[in-house]
Amino acid sequence: MPRLNFDKRLQNLQDELLVMGSMVEEAISRSTDALKSRNLALARQVIEDDKKINQKRYDIEEMCVKLIATQQPLARDLRTIIAVLNMVVDLERIGDYAEGNADIAIRIGDEPPLKPYIDIPRMADKANEMLHAALDAFVRRDADTARKVVAEDSVVDNLYDQVFRELITYMASDPSTINRAMRLVWVAHNLERSADRVTNICERIIFIVTGKVEEVGVAKR
Amino acid sequence: MESFINTELSSRKSLNDSDYILQVEELNAFYGSFRAVKNVNMSIPARAVTAIIGPSGCGKSTLLRCFNRMHEVAHGARVEGRVMFDDNNIYATGTDPVRIRCHIGMVFQKPNPFPTMSVLDNVVAGRRLSSLWTKRSEMEELAEKCLRQAALWDEVKDKLKQSGASLSGGQQQRLCIARALAVQPEIILMDEPCSALDPIATLKIEDLMRTLTEEYTIVVVTHNMQQAGRVSDMTAFMLMSDDRAGELVEYDTTQRVFTNPKDKRTEDYITGRFG
Repeated sequence: MPRLNFDKRLQNLQDELLVMGSMVEEAISRSTDALKSRNLALARQVIEDDKKINQKRYDIEEMCVKLIATQQPLARDLRTIIAVLNMVVDLERIGDYAEGNADIAIRIGDEPPLKPYIDIPRMADKANEMLHAALDAFVRRDADTARKVVAEDSVVDNLYDQVFRELITYMASDPSTINRAMRLVWVAHNLERSADRVTNICERIIFIVTGKVEEVGVAKR
Repeated sequence: MESFINTELSSRKSLNDSDYILQVEELNAFYGSFRAVKNVNMSIPARAVTAIIGPSGCGKSTLLRCFNRMHEVAHGARVEGRVMFDDNNIYATGTDPVRIRCHIGMVFQKPNPFPTMSVLDNVVAGRRLSSLWTKRSEMEELAEKCLRQAALWDEVKDKLKQSGASLSGGQQQRLCIARALAVQPEIILMDEPCSALDPIATLKIEDLMRTLTEEYTIVVVTHNMQQAGRVSDMTAFMLMSDDRAGELVEYDTTQRVFTNPKDKRTEDYITGRFG
């Protein structure tokens, strides 16, 4: 006996989470594009759109609260709703990191770039790829894929270390670059944190499937 | 409070044998040639609430009634297997079922106070039957103690002489619980104790069940899954098998059964996708 009304509302909840996920993916790639191409209008757009991401988070939270209050979800249904409640927090925060990077793009403005942007866009692409794969794993309730995504985080961490060392070298050899270099350190740091947040999302997917909360990404540090 | 108790029980990594008050072994219950309950094995922890849930006709009440030899009261009914209570099989030859029922009391679905007796006489009725002679003053003391334990004293202390039937449904049910307590049992079996009560009276009985675990063990059959979730430490899920006999599908901590059951049939039932 299916629970038609409840199942439909659970499906809606999942759809809304995916919509929010794609909004966040877009924010990451657009903020990086804005930085790369020094497109200030695009950067301002990312900042403006972050409000929509925040609103989406509250809307999804409200859906969860209503489902818990009126449908008495249990077992896998309950785990899904609790996981979604956690996942929206991480998604919203990733959106904030993208907004932060758009803000830095505006601050950098039309200053000449310190160096060609290569590793930072790579970090953004990788973080986005991880987020996309995590949302896929969520739809398929696939804990194995979620674990694999967590393992990918080391790629972003390594890129961050590389960017960081490189920027330190710039700053050490020519203090006049400190201002610009520091901004890029922040950008890289935001992207590194975004990928970390994706690993949190993966932990919640594993929770939906196995019922266990496990810290999968802890061994890397 | 409930979640604290649930967590506490589930955090006891492994319960020792002495933590269990009832050990049910290979229990089968029959009505004539029809087997209503099949091969049940379960250990019931002391001073905790164990809930038995499952759809209608799955043998929950029959199983419960096997725990104090009430099943065999029905015509043609019999039990196979063992129910170990304090290392003694309650089905051993020569065991007096009436003695067993003094240790393992029962509260039924419909409140059933004796209508011609006063509130006070209702409480001590079982005690009067089971002991030789007790002074009036001791009976009154006992009645007050049990009514307090049943969270009913404040509501009835001025009408102890009135008929038990004059109380509200929820009060009558607590009166029946007080009556069960007066015999000083160790285990109280409750068969759908709230299904005839309104939500407020239900919550009162549920609170009472939690409080009673300080001294007593409670086994409750309930149709209301949310109730099992609210009050119990352990949950047993039963289902009718292909030969229409009730089986124990899953038995675990309530936390586990309600958040991550092992068996798909349990999952389907508690998420409302059964049938």
